[in-house]
Amino acid sequence: MKEILRILERDARKTPQKIATMTGKPLSRVKEAIKKAEEERIIVKYKTVINWDKLEEEKVQALVEVKVVPQRDVGFDAIAERIYRFPEARSVYLVSGTYDLAVLVVGSTMQEVAGFVSQKLAPLESVQGTVTHFLLKRYKEDGEILGVEEQPKREPLMP
Amino acid sequence: MHPEGSPISQRIREIPPSGIRRFFDLLASMEGVISLGVGEPDFVTPWRIREAGIYSLEKGYTSYTSNYGLLELREELAAYLAGRYGISYNPHRELLITVGVSEGVDLALRAIIDPQDEVIVHDPSYVSYMPCTVLAGGVFVPVPTNMENDFWVSARDIERRITPRTKAIILGYPNNPTGAVMEREELVKIAEVARRHNLIVLSDEIYERLVYGVEHTCFASLPGMRERTILLGGFSKAYAMTGWRIGYAVAREEIIEAMARIHQYTMLCAPRIAQMAALEALRAGDDEVEEMVAEYDQRRRIMVKGLNDIGLACFEPKGAFYTFPSVKGTELSSEEFAERLLIEEKVAVIPGSTFGQCGEGHVRCCYATSLAEIEEALERMGRFVRRLRRHRTK
Ligand SMILES: Cc1ncc(COP(=O)(O)O)c(C=O)c1O
Repeated sequence: MKEILRILERDARKTPQKIATMTGKPLSRVKEAIKKAEEERIIVKYKTVINWDKLEEEKVQALVEVKVVPQRDVGFDAIAERIYRFPEARSVYLVSGTYDLAVLVVGSTMQEVAGFVSQKLAPLESVQGTVTHFLLKRYKEDGEILGVEEQPKREPLMP
Repeated sequence: MHPEGSPISQRIREIPPSGIRRFFDLLASMEGVISLGVGEPDFVTPWRIREAGIYSLEKGYTSYTSNYGLLELREELAAYLAGRYGISYNPHRELLITVGVSEGVDLALRAIIDPQDEVIVHDPSYVSYMPCTVLAGGVFVPVPTNMENDFWVSARDIERRITPRTKAIILGYPNNPTGAVMEREELVKIAEVARRHNLIVLSDEIYERLVYGVEHTCFASLPGMRERTILLGGFSKAYAMTGWRIGYAVAREEIIEAMARIHQYTMLCAPRIAQMAALEALRAGDDEVEEMVAEYDQRRRIMVKGLNDIGLACFEPKGAFYTFPSVKGTELSSEEFAERLLIEEKVAVIPGSTFGQCGEGHVRCCYATSLAEIEEALERMGRFVRRLRRHRTK
């Protein structure tokens, strides 16, 4: 199962047929494993890594530190849920350290992101404060280096 | 001045020039070629190893090291061999850091060969064994292996070629060019032969880490073989460090001392930066090596299936990163096949004859290349083979 998942994690478009050849496992077993992983939400979704910077319509992203007062019984979960339900919140993490929630916010302009933070995030009752860091450049995302790295050439023939 | 006129020594004139030289010239004039002719990883050296090299430069580690190599590196290697294969070597006297396994092969043969001593080697085999034997003044005695026997060399075939002049056997498994990995049982029989006839075994285990679903047997770990074996190992393949030029040799003290004497006068020492990077490679743990191996394994399966589907019969290689399909069905020689494939479909492979007579009828295809390129190459090779077939049936 893990080997199949690792292949898909790198390239979600690999067909079960190809994965079967690559792993030496029967096709039926591969299909079964993928189905099971999908059902159990081990595979959450198949997505594409896009370098939006290459298109004119740039997206603005900000990493927002959110300091919150945890609530009795539900701890951080309730406030996290209030936040992650907004589509503007692309990723939401509970973190250790000087603040509690790390929220990656996406918008089409800086105003839009700033508006979301000041109108939606900051006013939430248990939010004590926010610090917004706008992303200036994306170098690597989810293990993928976004710029084109030149591959050094190898000798084409070497016995 | 020598009366004959040629400035080149007789010994060098005995070594034929590389048969693939002209392919280089062909290749240089072409664009869009996919090369399955490479002999090294397509990965670059893992970053933490490269970073160790950079760090050593920054710190000014730019001097010679001991002739034997950094003691720290030798100690780490001794620990590695003990941990992995259960064999213990004294890092002070039984271990030598070399400029790649390439230098190790040369040193080992020069250290043990007297004029006319015979060296028994499986055919096909890595290209340096024969010239280095000749350079050392020895006589190269090939033993045929073939696809039907998974390119294993049999103890019986070796024994039949032993004469009073036989000094050593060279074993290169996991094998370049075939990808064959010999299993323990047969190696034990070869060990028996070596003992019976008092032979040295030069075991080139540079691909030791690149095995798929089988275990690598370190020849020196077989009963009684520690004293007879010159074990050559390297960093080039497992850690993708071909350009760093570093490897090692281990053997009993007497032999390492002799090899070190040649090394001392011809090489002095292996590059210090490479030694420091190699140290990091050993200390970094296996995660990145294992990731690379997992990926080679997947490509290997795609390539073996692809070649068999095309009709180029290919036995399943269990190690290194080569496949060695048969092209006998095309009725072309391995050189003709490689040349026409390059010109007509822009795919470069190495003719099997480069590796010895028994390599004839095969070509070596390396799968240390991206899956996308492997698939495109298979596509082109399929087209090429189908076209050959059509022309023949007409
Ligand atoms: C079997 C074998 N031995 C030795 C070498 C040379 O290795 P190194 O880079 O350590 O000199 C190679 C390289 O292709 C090889 O295939």
